[in-house]
Amino acid sequence: MKATRPAWEEKPTAAGQAVKAASIVVIALLILFPLYTIALTSLSSGETVNRVGGLVVWPGDGITFSAYEQMFRNPVVLRSLIVSLGITAVGTVISVVVSILGAYSLSRPGSFGHKTILFSVLLMFVIFPGLIPVYLWVSAIGLRDNYLAVILPMAVSAFNVVVLRAFFMSIPQELFDSARIDGAGEFRVLWQIVTPLSKAVIAVVTLFYAVAYWNNWFNAFLYLDDTSKWPLALVLRTYVVESAPLPQASGLQDAPPTLAVKMAIVMVAIIPALVIYPFVQKHFKKGVIIGAVKG
Amino acid sequence: MTALTTKASPTGQVGDAPKRKAKPRAHWRERLRRDWPLLLMAAPMMILVWGFWWIPALGNVIAFQDYKPFTGGIFGSRLVGFTHFQVLFSDSEFVRAVVNTLSITAFQLVFYFPVPIALALLMHSLVSERLRSMLQSVVYLPYFFSWVLVIAIFQQMLGGAGLLSQVLRANGFEGVDWMTDPDTFILLVTSQAIWKEAGFGAIIFLAALAAIDPNQYEAAAVDGAGRWRRLWHITLPGIRPVIVLLLILRLGDALNVGFEQFFLQRSAVGTQASEVFDTFVYYSGIRTGDFDYGAAAGLFKGVVGLVLILAANRFAHMLGERGVYSK
Repeated sequence: MKATRPAWEEKPTAAGQAVKAASIVVIALLILFPLYTIALTSLSSGETVNRVGGLVVWPGDGITFSAYEQMFRNPVVLRSLIVSLGITAVGTVISVVVSILGAYSLSRPGSFGHKTILFSVLLMFVIFPGLIPVYLWVSAIGLRDNYLAVILPMAVSAFNVVVLRAFFMSIPQELFDSARIDGAGEFRVLWQIVTPLSKAVIAVVTLFYAVAYWNNWFNAFLYLDDTSKWPLALVLRTYVVESAPLPQASGLQDAPPTLAVKMAIVMVAIIPALVIYPFVQKHFKKGVIIGAVKG
Repeated sequence: MTALTTKASPTGQVGDAPKRKAKPRAHWRERLRRDWPLLLMAAPMMILVWGFWWIPALGNVIAFQDYKPFTGGIFGSRLVGFTHFQVLFSDSEFVRAVVNTLSITAFQLVFYFPVPIALALLMHSLVSERLRSMLQSVVYLPYFFSWVLVIAIFQQMLGGAGLLSQVLRANGFEGVDWMTDPDTFILLVTSQAIWKEAGFGAIIFLAALAAIDPNQYEAAAVDGAGRWRRLWHITLPGIRPVIVLLLILRLGDALNVGFEQFFLQRSAVGTQASEVFDTFVYYSGIRTGDFDYGAAAGLFKGVVGLVLILAANRFAHMLGERGVYSK
């Protein structure tokens, strides 16, 4: 699409332009202003926050990292941050590898067992096991208080597998045929032909998985009884949303922190998304994730 | 059943998977010898899918049992038929959860559903590529925040100690607390959903808009159609298949309004307004320990949801749309 108005189109009216500009500004402010004031509060001193009586809007009082220092001196927050990073890293690697392998296997209609495998993935869109059977099952197979209980139940997303599969299937068949004539096996075809061509879609799927693991707190809430294993999202929920101390906390420093520190925790929970997002966002436009579930 | 596609086709339909002809079927033993590497590749996925989805799904039998977690277990508990379901339908809390869920779905169908479409039309109409790209970056962003974050942010803005109250009080007015008000809860959850997801939801409409042939606009303009007539006669028909598709998905999902958003705000707002299907399942099943009863509620939801999606799809076919899947 060119960045100029086509010749046949009438000149925009001034009123129309004004309405459009106003809506863009309002939309951008609705999203960015809360993030701005939270960031500013997390960078303000305790005195400033007390004087203002809440969130800081005007940046006149200078910037300090004392809330972040305090946060990282709180062993509960620091430990949960490390737990979250670990769960996200391990979980994302497992999910992406398993999904790429599975999606590649599903991209070959007519192969042995293809229909059975495809159906057990596609039916995940319409039939759900339900919270309670999964809860009882995960508890029964001895995963309570095990980090695997947080990772494995969400390790395969049918949506991501289907997105990968659709992309793999759009790769011209001739590439595979010539590789096979040269004697390459399936694993080699996947590794040397398919993955290099699919970097964009793999980047997007990786982002989706990583965000899902980073944001997940409910599995940890269900299965991790030991609060020292809790991830950041769950600590955020307890400290910031509930404004409560952690249940059954050990003798550690564990009062709900001050507003500036709370906002610092919010920022730490947001920052990974802010950092990775620009690298992946450009792929959205290429239509990588556009897709509807053709059940 | 066909697969999902990655690009919107020229018709604006987002579901034309590239069809690939399967080779003539060889004998199964020969296919096994040829395809064992593919099976090996699918194995980890299958273990996870069966181990954490389909095998636990079988555990739904406890909905028909007098389930005793410690003494009986799933194999030693007595079958009681549909007893739990009978109790369920006369349970006023369950009825309230169903009513709340359906009200929220209906409300969001009217007030949430058009927002991504409007947003896509706005972004599509921007001539400057840079401005559009910047706006896209901003509106997609909240989709990647967790519900915990979104609710924390809303609390800081609209809660009793939030920024709005802070400003109102500083100017001599009374503060507000929309985070705990059951009467406005449906507005609150809808605005949260719009804030978090409407931007990302616009992507699919943007793709459909981009797939409309520009020559159609030109031809219409030459024939004297103004911008509103072009919107009505070209743009909207062009994205209609996507609108119908998403409407069907939403209707089939009528019992699903999300869990986390309601679970997180349940204690602040009270169950009267915030109890929905999924929170009912959690509280009646896991919190109180009546696993069989909670599983019955969950199974009921699953079955009704499945029927709804099949019915919605059938309905779309009757209207001549492609729907979610076809045979």
